[in-house]
Amino acid sequence: MLQFLVRRLIVALLVAATVMTLAFILTRLSGDLAVSIAGPNATQEDIELVRKAYGLDRPLTSQFFDWVGRAVTGDLGESYFFKARVSSLIAERMPITITLGLTGLVIALLVSLPLGILAAVRENTTLDRVVQMVALLGQAMPSFWLGLILMITFGLQLGWLPISGTGSWQHYVMPGIVLAFSAIPALTRLTRAGMIQAMGSDYIRTARAKGLSRASILLKHALRNAAIPVVAIAAVQLGFMLGGSIVIEQVFALHGVGFLAWESIGKNDFPVVQAVVLVLAVIYVALTMLADLMNAVLDPRLR
Amino acid sequence: MSALLEIEDLAVSFGRTGAVRGTSLTVERGETLCVVGESGCGKSVTALAVMNLLARGARRTARSMRFQGEDLLGLSDTGMARLRGNDMAMIFQEPMTSLNPAYTVGSQMTEVLRRHKGTPQRVAVDRAADLLARVGITAPGLRLGQFPHQLSGGLRQRVMIAMALMCEPKLLIADEPTTALDVTVQAQILRLLAQLQRDLGLGMMLITHDLGIVARVAHKVAVMYAGKVVENAATAELFASPRHPYTQGLLRCVPVPGKIKRDEPLGSIPGTVPRVGPDFEGCAFRERCSFADPTCEHEIPRHQAGGAHDFLCRLPA
Repeated sequence: MLQFLVRRLIVALLVAATVMTLAFILTRLSGDLAVSIAGPNATQEDIELVRKAYGLDRPLTSQFFDWVGRAVTGDLGESYFFKARVSSLIAERMPITITLGLTGLVIALLVSLPLGILAAVRENTTLDRVVQMVALLGQAMPSFWLGLILMITFGLQLGWLPISGTGSWQHYVMPGIVLAFSAIPALTRLTRAGMIQAMGSDYIRTARAKGLSRASILLKHALRNAAIPVVAIAAVQLGFMLGGSIVIEQVFALHGVGFLAWESIGKNDFPVVQAVVLVLAVIYVALTMLADLMNAVLDPRLR
Repeated sequence: MSALLEIEDLAVSFGRTGAVRGTSLTVERGETLCVVGESGCGKSVTALAVMNLLARGARRTARSMRFQGEDLLGLSDTGMARLRGNDMAMIFQEPMTSLNPAYTVGSQMTEVLRRHKGTPQRVAVDRAADLLARVGITAPGLRLGQFPHQLSGGLRQRVMIAMALMCEPKLLIADEPTTALDVTVQAQILRLLAQLQRDLGLGMMLITHDLGIVARVAHKVAVMYAGKVVENAATAELFASPRHPYTQGLLRCVPVPGKIKRDEPLGSIPGTVPRVGPDFEGCAFRERCSFADPTCEHEIPRHQAGGAHDFLCRLPA
């Protein structure tokens, strides 16, 4: 187990290093940063001044190692636009994004677990096919479109939910639903497949031979085994939601990390962009590790 | 008093295959009935039909099916669940996969008792430990806390047996309980089952294709072929004077030390068990039988051969 953890940790560090390199290179590839920071009316002199002030005149390698060296100690640099520490900018907005992501995940699980179990129990019936169809539709639906439809229906026409901002928990309902929609199809299908496999297994036959109740057979004996892959994917989906909330935060005007990334890209505030990519990647990697740990908890054979 | 288990004319079909076609069996209290036959003859399906554990898509019919006088056919799913694991228990052919990998041995054993008798967990744990010791498992306390993957196949089958005994069942159905195990372990498990059967006065329905097992543990034997019982007899009677050509063929396939000459080839029955439809007429063994003639294509009478010995063949008793 310890060996397993150490190995996972090494892989995680390698991934983080790769992401840092990519984030750095990609922001540089977007053009001459000094030109875009200085603005369209800047003279050549202004641009040179900017280049010197931000250290962009130094060789790329020294810029890179400088950034990496500081990032490792938690110093993500300073935003060109906000004139504030990048780390505090992200820390301020992180709770919103995490709340949104968790809301999405909880909604997704609340929908897809029962749906998947239901579809598995009624395998090859109309109900099963309807569930799979709905899952497919969910996958095919663009999230911004779904977001707008929800806003028009529940926000404007029915007036049940606020359509933008972060004032109360109600503000998270609609964006949470939209985010959940992206995860529901995969989670439902995985639950269904896992339950079908478990229900056909010898240990379920044993559980039935023991005269256990249907609830105990389904939820205690089958779901526990079917849930193992679902947990892994759910953790990865959460990472995906945190990163993928860029569009949703735009649509619902939630000022989270995704919104910050969007703003910063527009303003060529590359220290922020780099840092957001890095932070999200680290969270993603941490979540996959958490998934492995939870699998080990659920499946004694992995311990 | 009624028999422990009484099945009359049981038929199970999966679509157009008749897995069991009119099987009648009786198990008395404290008696071991061995059901023998080749793979695919309907032994396991018969057992699963008794427990009502058949896969979805199976059709089960019978003239009557009674357990301790109670009609099993009319029983609801909950009524059946009340009996299963309680008064009738079953162990399976696959010890490696029959325990849930996610729960400890102890948790899987105690839940039966909690479910059927409402026994408090602490008392149930004690009983589980007692039974593990009883089935020959050393350090039962340790085993209770272990997961199935930490146990060998033989140990897992012992756990399955102990688990089946948790509620003191009257009937134990054992579906080829030793097939998947090493030969040395097979003998141990069989000895254990025979001993438990005697000590606890269990009625046992033991399904096997191994005639060596039959000779050692059975009180009486039912030989199945293609979904029908072709011969019923007390064990000694069956080995001494088998009447059905199929039974005779089966017995020729068993090497008996001292009786078989060194260079004499062991018997075999050519061909395999045919898949027949539910309405198949005549003797299903006729394709492989050296005594077959055209009358075998028609309804075959069941001959009595004295006592509890009967067989299904056109040849006279």
